[in-house]
Amino acid sequence: MTATIDAPATGPTFMQVSGARKVKDRIATVLVYLSFAVAVIPLVWVVYTVLVRGLGATLSATWFTESLSGLLGRDPGGGAYHAILGTLLQGVVCAIISVPIGIMVGIYLVEYGGNSRLAKTTTFMVDILTGVPSIVAALFVYAVWIAIFGLPRSAFAVSLALVLLMVPVVVRTTEELLKIVPTDLREASYALGIPKWRTITKVVIPTALSGILTGVMLALARVMGETAPVLLLVAYAPFINTNIFEGNMASLPLMMYVERNNPTAAGTDRIWGAAVTLILIIALFNVLATVLSKYFAVKTK
Amino acid sequence: MNDPAVSGTSTGTGLTSAGRGLPDEPNVPEAGAKVPESPQPPAGNTTGTATFTQRGDKIFKAMAVGSGGFIVFLIGAIGLFLLIQALPPLLSNQVNFLTSREFQVSDPADLRFGILDLLLVTIEVSLFALVLAMPTALGIALFLTQYAPPRFARPLAYIVDLLAAVPSIVYGLWGLLVLAPAIAPLAVWLQSNLGFIFVFAEGTAKAEFGSTLFTAGIVLAVMILPIITAITREVFSQTPRTLIEGALALGATRLEVIRYAVFPFGKSGYISASMLGLGRALGETIALTIIVAAVAANFAGSLFSGGASFASKIALAANEFSNPTLTGAYIAAGLMLFVLTFAVNALARTIIARSGAQA
Repeated sequence: MTATIDAPATGPTFMQVSGARKVKDRIATVLVYLSFAVAVIPLVWVVYTVLVRGLGATLSATWFTESLSGLLGRDPGGGAYHAILGTLLQGVVCAIISVPIGIMVGIYLVEYGGNSRLAKTTTFMVDILTGVPSIVAALFVYAVWIAIFGLPRSAFAVSLALVLLMVPVVVRTTEELLKIVPTDLREASYALGIPKWRTITKVVIPTALSGILTGVMLALARVMGETAPVLLLVAYAPFINTNIFEGNMASLPLMMYVERNNPTAAGTDRIWGAAVTLILIIALFNVLATVLSKYFAVKTK
Repeated sequence: MNDPAVSGTSTGTGLTSAGRGLPDEPNVPEAGAKVPESPQPPAGNTTGTATFTQRGDKIFKAMAVGSGGFIVFLIGAIGLFLLIQALPPLLSNQVNFLTSREFQVSDPADLRFGILDLLLVTIEVSLFALVLAMPTALGIALFLTQYAPPRFARPLAYIVDLLAAVPSIVYGLWGLLVLAPAIAPLAVWLQSNLGFIFVFAEGTAKAEFGSTLFTAGIVLAVMILPIITAITREVFSQTPRTLIEGALALGATRLEVIRYAVFPFGKSGYISASMLGLGRALGETIALTIIVAAVAANFAGSLFSGGASFASKIALAANEFSNPTLTGAYIAAGLMLFVLTFAVNALARTIIARSGAQA
């Protein structure tokens, strides 16, 4: 009995897809797969180039332990210790300033702002700040710090310019994560009589902390690769300088930029060695972001 | 304001929450009189202990609001301080700032600087990058949301995001030393066969040497690809399941599902994502500084030209930032770049906001 029902009286009318539609669909599929391949090619190519040209230099015994102090342009040897130190110093100082500001703005937008006019303006301005080119951020710091205050070029000025680039990223991350903290948690806390600010600092932020830390690490990895601010705001030094307020200081992007004027084999080694080191540091921060987010993740039973 | 009403509910909630056990915070001041669900700190509370918590609340709120205001202030300050620094040289400028192609600032007494060439170069190279990146990003976003197996979509998306993690100076060096020689045959072919189109005409730099806007545009396209892809992917993945299934039920092929359901839904997101990418391309500094050759001749519209964009012009002059008038001329160029990126980004955000309201 069921067999008669299953067998249709006439052949299906719309089961067949016409040839032209089939061909178009095939072409689209090929194009879509191809476009993904097109994106992967430059990534692999860039990483391959950097590794092939730079790995040799970073494998030398002194690369991570010595600076280029006292070495001439054509002298082989030395290392990028001064530049690594500078990059990390400028990054950390930038993070120390931008993380509190960024998190507070995020808290404002989610917990206090609501639909107020200031909140809307702030959201808009954070978006705009995200799009401010790094060279404009550097020029702004130059205009205020150096041209108006008359202070010397320094690593701290670089950090200030990086703050402008990092704050919007931290704000966005914090905002996104605070939004997904369940309202129940807040209300449970209020119900226990805990004031709002303690609820935020003790309940809301810890819940979102792992994600915020991930965002901070990723933002840090990005700003440490910025070249425009270091180019404008601090001069290169081939030696170790740990004073962020005075004197020249190297960083990996700046080292690469400066060594471009060095036509010798040692110069080429330094450029690509610094590139490998920079990518390694960025990769390290990316891994760190994952580890931290696991470590600080809210433990659930 | 509405204290009586709120405190009425507070007693009820307070009782139920008391049954849940003790809080982790034993040292928090007495809870009884507090208003549990009020989003604002309770105003006009009569209990003595409330004064302390209120002060904490007030300080914290002030800090939060202050930080929000600080961001708004910051954007204003960027425009203002750049303007302050740019005004004196602009006033003593001997040529028209907007229409001159000269950029002579070596003699402070005879400043001649205009941004027309910088503007044209910036826009042409960015648009070229956008033309390359937009279809590719669309393809990738469709691949990640509609074609790739869901299990692999995330790791594959991560690979595209990694493109954004590579520092621009590395892209610049790669573009000049590796990409440019590799694409030189293509560049030469384009120039000899399509040279009658003005963008491929003979320009101020040799096509076969690769220090051209053509190479820079391709590198820029790679750099803005992850930005456009990330947002477009996000929008496409939000296409209502019912729309897709409805189309499939009508017998649509995968392409037709995309054409009639996914793309119309995500179109405005895609456009605004592209504009954000454009904003990024307009301000990109180091890659252009490294790749594009500095030339004295005026820009005539060909991609096979040297020259400088706003950002690379400033970066190239960074070592000469000594006297305020000279620096001011470059700051004036930076101000124009700021205005340009502000406009593009603001437009993009407005489109996003409007489409978000519709969705």
